[in-house]
Amino acid sequence: MHQKSLTELRAALDAKEYSAVELAQHFLARIDAAAGLNAFVHVDAQRTLAQASAADALLAQGAGGPLTGLPIAHKDVFVTRGWRSTAGSKMLEHYESPFDATVVERLAQAGMVCLGKTNMDEFAMGSSNENSHFGPVKNPWDHAAVPGGSSGGSAAAVAARLAPAATGTDTGGSIRQPASLTGVTGIKPTYGRVSRYGMIAFASSLDQGGPLAQSAADCALLLNGLAGFDARDSTSIERADEDYTRHLGQSWNAAGAAGAAGTADKPLQGLRIGLPQEYFGPGLADDVRAAIDVALKQYQALGAVLVDVTLPKTELSIPVYYIIAPAEASSNLSRFDGVRYGHRAAQYGDLLDMYKKTRAEGFGPEVKRRILVGAYVLSHGYYDAYYLQAQKIRRIIAQDFQQAFAQCDVIMGPVSPTVAWNLGAKTDDPVQMYLADIYTLSTSLAGLPGMSVPCGFGAGANSQRPVGLQIIGNYFDEARMLQVAHAFQRVTDWHRREPGQQPASAPAGA
Amino acid sequence: MQWEVVIGLETHTQLSTASKIFSGASTRFGAEPNTQACVVDLALPGVLPVMNRGAVERAIRFGLAIGATIAPRSVFARKNYFYPDLPKGYQISQYEIPVVQGGTLTIQVPAHEKSGQAAYEKTIELTRAHLEEDAGKSLHEDYAGMTGIDLNRAGTPLLEIVTEPVMRSAAEAVAYAKTLHTLVMWLGICDGNMQEGSFRCDANVSVRPLGQAEFGTRAEIKNLNSFRFLEEAINYEVRRQIELIEDGGTVVQETRLYDSDRRETRSMRSKEDAHDYRYFPDPDLAPLAIGVDWIERVRSELPELPAAMQVRFVEQYALSAYDAATLTTSKGIAAYFEAVLAKAGASQAKMAANWIMGEVASQLNRDSLDIDASPVSAAQLAVLIARIADGTISNKIAKEVFQAIWDERATDEAAADRIIDAEGLRQISDSGELEAIIDTVLAANAKSVEEYRAGKEKAFNALIGQAMKATRGKANPQQVNDLLKKKLS
Repeated sequence: MHQKSLTELRAALDAKEYSAVELAQHFLARIDAAAGLNAFVHVDAQRTLAQASAADALLAQGAGGPLTGLPIAHKDVFVTRGWRSTAGSKMLEHYESPFDATVVERLAQAGMVCLGKTNMDEFAMGSSNENSHFGPVKNPWDHAAVPGGSSGGSAAAVAARLAPAATGTDTGGSIRQPASLTGVTGIKPTYGRVSRYGMIAFASSLDQGGPLAQSAADCALLLNGLAGFDARDSTSIERADEDYTRHLGQSWNAAGAAGAAGTADKPLQGLRIGLPQEYFGPGLADDVRAAIDVALKQYQALGAVLVDVTLPKTELSIPVYYIIAPAEASSNLSRFDGVRYGHRAAQYGDLLDMYKKTRAEGFGPEVKRRILVGAYVLSHGYYDAYYLQAQKIRRIIAQDFQQAFAQCDVIMGPVSPTVAWNLGAKTDDPVQMYLADIYTLSTSLAGLPGMSVPCGFGAGANSQRPVGLQIIGNYFDEARMLQVAHAFQRVTDWHRREPGQQPASAPAGA
Repeated sequence: MQWEVVIGLETHTQLSTASKIFSGASTRFGAEPNTQACVVDLALPGVLPVMNRGAVERAIRFGLAIGATIAPRSVFARKNYFYPDLPKGYQISQYEIPVVQGGTLTIQVPAHEKSGQAAYEKTIELTRAHLEEDAGKSLHEDYAGMTGIDLNRAGTPLLEIVTEPVMRSAAEAVAYAKTLHTLVMWLGICDGNMQEGSFRCDANVSVRPLGQAEFGTRAEIKNLNSFRFLEEAINYEVRRQIELIEDGGTVVQETRLYDSDRRETRSMRSKEDAHDYRYFPDPDLAPLAIGVDWIERVRSELPELPAAMQVRFVEQYALSAYDAATLTTSKGIAAYFEAVLAKAGASQAKMAANWIMGEVASQLNRDSLDIDASPVSAAQLAVLIARIADGTISNKIAKEVFQAIWDERATDEAAADRIIDAEGLRQISDSGELEAIIDTVLAANAKSVEEYRAGKEKAFNALIGQAMKATRGKANPQQVNDLLKKKLS
């Protein structure tokens, strides 16, 4: 049953093939068996089964909704009552929240069953999940490889079929990149779609929650539960709720766009796909490029046309992001001071000493690095040169996207310049790690929605390491992006592949 | 050398919202520690601030009252520093773009007898007023060697009101602070309770040689929570700075605290120790947008302001500027005054003013009561005043009646009439009755009559006294005077 999509599981539950409790037990057993992946940081079977049992009761009364009884894992950046909420940090190793994050609450109210909390880079800072206080997560496809980050535990859990779906957060690529590196589907919605209340903040103006699942259709179903205005988050956008599944399976022009309606074999007739030249430059690995090219040909076969666009400030997105995100983080993480909750040094002299020791012990090296950078770029005399300048370029990056969207409906390219790298390969060189985020950062800076769709594997030694295709949409175009991804997944099976089943000799992009 | 004093004030006024500026927790004063701190105030992981529109509305009300610009878009910023009573490690405040910009407040500086300085009016320019949250409290006393943290106050809304450095004496600073205090209470945006810290001032003080254009180096005196402390602290600081400079020293820019027991200011931290607060716009809060509709609605709901009311009282009721100013020191007093006139008639304005500023004020003061809780209502006072005006009772008897109403906490509007009748206090206006009494007095005081006739004017006063005594004060003194003169001539 773990191979099934949410839609299939829904049908099975409704047909009473098995109960929500049985379903939860099955996944709990898989999580237990796959403990070596280190994808989960906290599992509480009793609590999970109590939720499943409550879901069964609802289903028995016929009072269930589309998500009732379906299991989900939550990234440990979302606070939860019952399960610990650590954000992958020693600082919060034993922390229990007295309230649920809005995301957790909404899905629980929809009847979803929480399987536990997934591992992540400390405070969501990282691209390999090696910055977790609870140890790195292994890529289920190749245990020598990283799963990506920071939502590495969530991505690995879905890829290894330890959970049919998981929540993640994306600040500079933290949903899309691990989804890409583990061959699952993940979407970061438009900034403001998903409430940040109860999401432990990394960089407030960039953080955005979203789902990781096997398919675009499953992501759409989950977004229906996740997204929506929340009065507790002032950056949440007040818009009418929408059905993110509404365009799935439709031809592109059926929804009223200009041009001839698509046909059954060319459902995407009329779709213009923008290809930013900056996303296909020298830094892009050949095997990734090959897989993307095959995917783009597939889209052409479905009726789409490819358009060259330009996003000239793409390279600047790295310094801009690594100024703004640390600046916000340096302030957001000030609350971890040992005074009220979380880690406090056992031995200290005066107050200042308590602060220093607590934070020196509680934070890992990458978090400290970013706090230092952030405090520096905000400090007197440097603010204008760094923070203010970065904000200006951020606005230009957003404008560049709007110019591109004048010529196309969606933008496509790689998510990551390479497939997953080996554990430990970049841990000594943070800048190399930062450079790997080049294709995802500008979307976050612009607040645009972006997703990763599995589209193949690397070549040679990387033949067990997945490649993700990035789809970037304009603001609030998630339903259309999911339609475009779904059309691809109807004619490909990359998203159905599971670790261990991929033939070792599979040619790139096969 | 002649020195000129330069003062600017920053006043923290606690806004009278029921809940905090960014959370739903109560702002009530005096609760058990940490019982009014919710997850947002505690800065638990994952919480976010949500702007309290009531606090914004109060800021708009203040801005309109001082003729300031209400920024259509203002920005909340984070002021970053570590302190145990600051849960987030930053204070949400407004930095580059405050909600209220500019504005003026006109003050009346009272006469100063010692220096012979006459009373004068001055207009104080304000720089800005911005919204921010208060911090919690550190309690050092109750825990041996440890510090307790009470976060009840954390997140309480404050409006920080900043003046230009335009005040030139402690007297001006105090007059400004009092006028501002009256205004914020008048507008209903702050309860004005200085003991509880609802209204507290920081004074920026410097001195410069008279005629010099540049400002001297300033010291900032923090947390002055009474008008007396404000005056004492400024005067001490001015003396300290002048003496320092005259002894060849230089003033250093620093933050100082006023010790009210020792009546001196003490250095708290110098500029070198000053924090780099690393201000930046708070990404959790969208810029505060205030539309014209909102501003106009608040404007339409503004009460008549004390300054305008003073002008009107002078014009409409022919009161002196002093009376008008005194009657508008609070909205309650002004309302009481106008309620008396509504019943007693505008022609009784001066008498009503005298009663309110005299008898009413001193009795309220004695019993520590607010005018809203006055045992003698405006309507009751109006009846009493009407009885003085129509000659039913004398002013002296009226005070007795007033005291009786006060003491018995009478609730009937015509209490004055009831008491006058019951006690037989009606003035003797029948001249026949009065003549008979005077004849008796003259007969009983033959010696005085004789003395008067011999040219002793003093004896006449004694006869009046006897006559008044015989009428138990109910006679009209003028009438007694006239009758006596007639009889003795």
